Amino acid sequence: MKKIIQIGWQTLRRPSGYFSLGFLVLGGFIAGVIFWGGFNTALELTNTEEFCISCHEMENNVYEELKATIHFTNRSGVRATCPDCHVPHKWSDKIARKMQASKEVWGTIFGTINTREKFLAQRRHLAQNEWTRLKANDSLECRNCHNFEFMDFTEQSQRAAVQHSNTLATGEKTCIDCHKGIAHELPDMKGVEGW
Amino acid sequence: MRHLMTNIVIAILLFSSGAIAVENEIATLRDKTPIDQQKEPNIIPKVVNKDIKKARNYPMQPPIIPHTIRGYEVNLNNNKCLSCHNRQRTEESQAPMVSVTHFMDRDGNFLAEVSPRRYFCNQCHVTQLDAKPLIENDFIDMHSLIKQKQSQILDQEY
Repeated sequence: MKKIIQIGWQTLRRPSGYFSLGFLVLGGFIAGVIFWGGFNTALELTNTEEFCISCHEMENNVYEELKATIHFTNRSGVRATCPDCHVPHKWSDKIARKMQASKEVWGTIFGTINTREKFLAQRRHLAQNEWTRLKANDSLECRNCHNFEFMDFTEQSQRAAVQHSNTLATGEKTCIDCHKGIAHELPDMKGVEGW
Repeated sequence: MRHLMTNIVIAILLFSSGAIAVENEIATLRDKTPIDQQKEPNIIPKVVNKDIKKARNYPMQPPIIPHTIRGYEVNLNNNKCLSCHNRQRTEESQAPMVSVTHFMDRDGNFLAEVSPRRYFCNQCHVTQLDAKPLIENDFIDMHSLIKQKQSQILDQEY
């Protein structure tokens, strides 16, 4: 074992005997581009609605529920797809979220929520995860589209304008504090603040 | 022969009465669209979202909902309406509290929470659409009726 590592280390240390420096540099560069590009393409592929609903757990439960909401169909024709709300846009945050999502791959393989009943039993837990995440990042995914600075209170209903110009403006509350269950059905809300 | 005559008379009578029925067509939502055709649907009116209380037409009328309730869940898990109109929530939300009658069971005993039989708000409380009434409504409430009567009596006296 030690010998193999030694041989590997020696090979890395020794200058190249056959390939020119130009080949190695250019080759390394091209390989790097391909690797990095491939990695990002694959990453983007996992960031699409089709990818999300390719698992029946997502398609039959949460996606079905999304269809009836304003984030799916509305007057202006803007749709928020799964990754718009559930994956951060910033690269480092995205990678962090993707690493967390490996748990979801585990869940798919072992069928943690592969029936409606199992899903409903887990719903409070799953929702709580998302609430915690959005609360912690000040509803970042909401704010990717809904910018507080651009809000026209005169266009909002009176109630909404009062809420937004007070608690939201002061940072006392964040979007998710009030807007729970806007895209999916709610779990049992016993004990949740504000319910 | 006589039989035949009566039959013809009856047939004529039936036919003419049928013709009258066609003339007195009942106004329908289909606007006289033939039965084998689909009427072009009317524009769907918007829900009134002004947050202004409307007068009740009679004292027992369940107050109407003056705001949109799209996506509000009222089910086994939770009641979105109560998250503002609940007794404990009204201070923060400044929404009117559910009436005390909603805390009573059918025997008139007060419960600590909204009675299960009053849990499903939309059974009585509804939103209003910004639409023209299909037919004229000449409902007069009791109060106005009494007033009318009183003024009539006064007119007669003087």
